[in-house]
Amino acid sequence: MTNILSLEGVEKTYDSGFTALHGVDLTLKEGEILALLGPNGAGKTTLISCICGTVMPTGGKITVGGYDALTDFRKARGLVGLVPQEIHLEPFSKVWDTVRYTRGLFGKKRDDAHIERILRELSLWDKRDSRVVELSGGMKRRVLIAKALSHEPRILFLDEPTAGVDVDLRKEMWEVVAKLKASGVSIVLTTHYIEEAEAMADRIGVINAGRLALIEEKDALMSRLGRKSLKIELESPIREIPDDLRSYDLELSDNGYALIYEYEAGAARTGITRLLSDLRDAGLCMNDLSTRQSSLEEIFVSLVQSQEEVRS
Amino acid sequence: MNLTAIRAMYVSEMARFFRTFMQSFLSPVISTSLYFVVFGAAIGSRIDEVEGVSYGSFIVPGLIMLSVMTQGISNASFGIYFPKFTGTIYELLSAPINFLEVVIGFAGAAATKALFIGTVILGTSALFVEMQIQHPLVMVLFLVLTCVSFALFGFIIGIWAKNFEQLQLIPLLVITPLVFLGGSFYSINMLPPIWQTITMFNPVVYLISGFRWSFFGVADVPIFTSLLAIGLFQGLCLFAVWWIFKTGWRIRK
Repeated sequence: MTNILSLEGVEKTYDSGFTALHGVDLTLKEGEILALLGPNGAGKTTLISCICGTVMPTGGKITVGGYDALTDFRKARGLVGLVPQEIHLEPFSKVWDTVRYTRGLFGKKRDDAHIERILRELSLWDKRDSRVVELSGGMKRRVLIAKALSHEPRILFLDEPTAGVDVDLRKEMWEVVAKLKASGVSIVLTTHYIEEAEAMADRIGVINAGRLALIEEKDALMSRLGRKSLKIELESPIREIPDDLRSYDLELSDNGYALIYEYEAGAARTGITRLLSDLRDAGLCMNDLSTRQSSLEEIFVSLVQSQEEVRS
Repeated sequence: MNLTAIRAMYVSEMARFFRTFMQSFLSPVISTSLYFVVFGAAIGSRIDEVEGVSYGSFIVPGLIMLSVMTQGISNASFGIYFPKFTGTIYELLSAPINFLEVVIGFAGAAATKALFIGTVILGTSALFVEMQIQHPLVMVLFLVLTCVSFALFGFIIGIWAKNFEQLQLIPLLVITPLVFLGGSFYSINMLPPIWQTITMFNPVVYLISGFRWSFFGVADVPIFTSLLAIGLFQGLCLFAVWWIFKTGWRIRK
């Protein structure tokens, strides 16, 4: 697959002196969905804004479909559709008019059949003559997507498409994105929600403090995420792990009152049953058992920390 | 040039005007009629002639200029400020268009609206007073130049304004006094000598005087000075727009 988007050392320092992006390198393959995760203020929106032209980068190079985003901005921007995080719509325009307006703004000839197709796909067709101000929040978000798709872009940027959206609508948005992907559109989306990235993305990137901390295939990341740990609380403390249990790679914790066992959650055999039976054979009495799954956030934190250690 | 995009912006801006067409059409008709009742009939009856022209006819060019300037500014400044206010400016920034095309689309629509209103006032005036236009081509040139210049000026105000107060500030504190004191309703010769001198620093005087010349062939200042003044103002506005375009001032972070 060829790269539809490539970023080399993209930097952004605002007039205030705040550096939002420190040399970001990134590529997007044609037809792929990339989810950018990161805490608030990490630089996700700035990154998207630099690519789409709403913010001027202060360094680096951005190429969209082979066109330089700065020197060949007309061709580059023509390939890009942007769905902003906030609902920015002219309140008194009709749905049909506002979507058609965006198509015109991108220099595309009038094509009512295309606009109709988009509105139908986004379940907006019945609302085509409604004014934006009369629509619900979810419908307004769909209008933003319709506008972004009106000029047939090859890359769609969705900046937190499900922020402040209820669960049902979030699922619907995921379906919309899946449909878009099937139609061959490459998608970059930013999100706070791991489920969202999991449900939609092919690759996941993590941005922290203006740096791309990680970019990895979703499946590889998920398998790392899939690790769980079992905490076995003991009735009486032990000083060291009994020899019979050494093969389990157990960790002693809580001053000898607990044992920690890590395992793959999705594995066919977790080894828990055998471990519990061996524990009994070793004469250890259990008080309680609990399991927990390492969250994506923990992975972020450990990643970010290890990155900072490398830098320092 | 992305002509399709210019057309989209222009049509969209004009659509706003047509949505409130009756209001856009009726308000200049009503306000012009009121001016004629107050200045033409009530006060004008006590003034015989100004510069050899009946007072009712004399105020027509000033009335048109007054509306054209204020409408050009308010339409253009609101036109570009509104996307900033609602956030839809993101579309203009991410579209494959340059700033010049945005200016043509937005300021062009504002100038068209101002021109429309100027024409409506001219038509309404013809119902009240006898009209004569000695130099129709110069009249059209002045009208178009004024519409375009003040639409550009309004566009700059709209880019500059950070809130609705600032949007109103310059039209209210600068333009309205300048227009009212620029000889819309009187000849500068009617003022005491000291005020005649002070008035010459008001740029609007040159525009109204030149426009009036195209109607009656009489003017407070020579016609070429007036043409130079409107040309200079247009040049200044174009320079400011070019500078905004170059630096992305208050538009692109």
